[in-house]
Amino acid sequence: MSQIMKKIEAIIKPFKLEEVKDALHEVGIAGMTVSEVKGFGRQKGHTEIYRGSEYTVDFLPKIKVELVVGDEKAGEAVAAIIKAAKTGKIGDGKIFVSPVEEAIRIRTEEKGESAV
Amino acid sequence: MKKLLLSLLLLVGLVGVSALAQTAAEPKEPTLEQRIADLEAYMNNGARTPDVASKVAGPGPGHNAWQMVSTALVLFMTLPGLALFYGGLVRKKNVLSVLAQCLGIACMVTPLWWVCGYSLSFAGSGPFIGDLTNAFFNGVEPGNVGAGYHWISDSMWAMFQLTFAIITPALIVGAIAERMKFTAIMAFVLVWMFVVYFPLAHMVWSVNGFMCGALNPKATIKALDFAGGTVVHMSSGWSALVLCMILGKRLGFGKEPMPPHSMVFCMVGTGMLWVGWYGFNAGSALGADAIASNAFTTTTLAAAVAGLTWAAAEWLLRGKPSVLGFCSGIVAGLVVITPACGFVTSTSAVIMGVLAGVIPFVAVTYLKKMLGYDDALDTFGVHGVGGTLGALLTGVFADEKVNSVVAGVKEGLVMSQIKAIVVTMVLSIVATAIIAYIIKWVIGLRPTPEQENQGLDIVDHNEEGYSSV
Repeated sequence: MSQIMKKIEAIIKPFKLEEVKDALHEVGIAGMTVSEVKGFGRQKGHTEIYRGSEYTVDFLPKIKVELVVGDEKAGEAVAAIIKAAKTGKIGDGKIFVSPVEEAIRIRTEEKGESAV
Repeated sequence: MKKLLLSLLLLVGLVGVSALAQTAAEPKEPTLEQRIADLEAYMNNGARTPDVASKVAGPGPGHNAWQMVSTALVLFMTLPGLALFYGGLVRKKNVLSVLAQCLGIACMVTPLWWVCGYSLSFAGSGPFIGDLTNAFFNGVEPGNVGAGYHWISDSMWAMFQLTFAIITPALIVGAIAERMKFTAIMAFVLVWMFVVYFPLAHMVWSVNGFMCGALNPKATIKALDFAGGTVVHMSSGWSALVLCMILGKRLGFGKEPMPPHSMVFCMVGTGMLWVGWYGFNAGSALGADAIASNAFTTTTLAAAVAGLTWAAAEWLLRGKPSVLGFCSGIVAGLVVITPACGFVTSTSAVIMGVLAGVIPFVAVTYLKKMLGYDDALDTFGVHGVGGTLGALLTGVFADEKVNSVVAGVKEGLVMSQIKAIVVTMVLSIVATAIIAYIIKWVIGLRPTPEQENQGLDIVDHNEEGYSSV
C-alpha cells in the first residue's frame, strides 16, 4: 500500500473556483483548501486613476487551491483541474505538484493516506 | 430733627419716583390684536411686537424644531459623514487615525465651546472678537430667543454654531492625513480655534462683526456669507494648504501607490455629507421659512450639477467617470453654494454648480501635481478653492428678490467679498504657519519614519481597523 502523497497547488482565475471544485468531486476528491491571492505571470495589470493620480496595478486577484492526495490520484486530479480551469487565454494560471512528507488527521490522529 | 425729616422725605420721594419709572418700563399686557400679530410673526419668522409682554415669548416650535434637526444633521456631517468620506480615502493602516481625529475634535471642541468658544464668537460688542459674557454658557437660556433669531432657542443657536465649530477643524485633517501625530493635531486645533475660528466667526456672523454685511450696518466690510464659505471652507482650506506644506509629503509619495482603501466608505460618507448639508445650509436660515426653502433648493441643484460636471470632465479627459469623481464634484458643489445658498436663485445655483465641477477639478487634478504639495485628501483643492470661488460668486449672484438682506449691501458687493476673502486668507495662512511651527518646535508634528510606515492606527491608537479574526 503506497504511502506516497502529493500536494497539488493550483493557481486559477477566481470565477473558475466552482467548476474546479465540482470537477475534483467527480474524481472522488472531497477536501481542499482555498485562499485568495494576488499575482501575475504574463497577464498584464490595469491602471486606476484617483483624482488625477494614476496607479498601475500589476497584481491580479487569483484563487489558490491546495489539496493533498495519494500518489495514484494525483494525475487524475491535475487533469480534472486543467479541464475545468482552462479558458485558453493568458492568465489561466499554474499547477505545482510536490511530494508530501506526512499527513495527519487531527481528530483521530491517523497518519498517511487515510488521513487525506 | 428738621434735617432728618427732610432727608426722609427725599428718600420717600426718590423711591416713589423710581417705582413710577419701574412700572413705566414694564412691558404692557398685549391686546388681542398684538397677540395675533405675535402669532403671525411666528408663522412668518419675523420679529415680535416690541415693548409688549408677548404671550409667545419663547422659541417657536416649528422653527426651533427645524433648528434642532439642522443641528443634528450638521453633527452627522462630521460623525460619521466626514469620517467615512476621509476614512475611505486613506490606506487601510490609517483608517482609524482619521476616525479618531474626527472624534477627538468633536469631543474637544464641544466643552471648549461651552467654556469660552461660543462667547468669544458671538458675545460682546467688538468687531474682531467677542468677550466672556457668555462663558460657561452664562446667560444662555434654552427658553430665551434672539441671540440667533426671533424664534429659535438661544441654546439651539449655540448648539447649531457648535456643530460648525466642530466640522471646520475636522476638514483640515484631510490635507495632513497619514502623517501627523494625534497629539499634534489636537494641540494644533485647540490653538487654531482661538486664533482663527472664533475671530472669523465673530467677524462674519456676529451682529457687531467687522465683516458682517447681513446684520451689522456699521460693518467695515459689508460681505455676505450665508452658511460659511469664508468661516468654514476658506479658513479650513487655506489652513490645510499651509499645514500640509509645513508638514511635508508622506513617505513614498509619488513612488508608492496610495489608492483609497475603500471607495465604498468614501461614497457612503459623501451621501451623508450631502444630506447633512441641508442642515448646514437650510439650517442657517434660522427658521423653517422661505429662505430656508431657497437654500434647500440651491444646495440640491449645485451639488448634483457639480457632481455631474466633474464626472463629465473625467469622462472627457480620462475616458471614464469615476465614483471618486462624482463624490468630489458633489462635495465641491456643496462647498461653493454654501456662502450663497440663501441669497441666490435656482438658476444661479446651477451655474455655480457647473463652475464648482470645473475649477476645483482643475485645482485637484493639475494644480496639485504642478506645485507638488501633498494635500492628501484635497482639502485645499475642494474646500479652499471651492470656498473662495463660492465667496466670490456670492458677490456676483446675490439677489435682493431672493433675500431682502442683499438690498442693503448689493452696492459694491463683489469688492466686499474680495476684501473678506483676503482677510480670511491672510488670517488663516499666517496664523496656521505660526501655530504649526510652534507645535513643531514643542512636541513635533510627524511620527518617525518607522511609525509612519507601520501606520498611525497602531502607533497612535493601538488598534486595527479590520482585524483578521
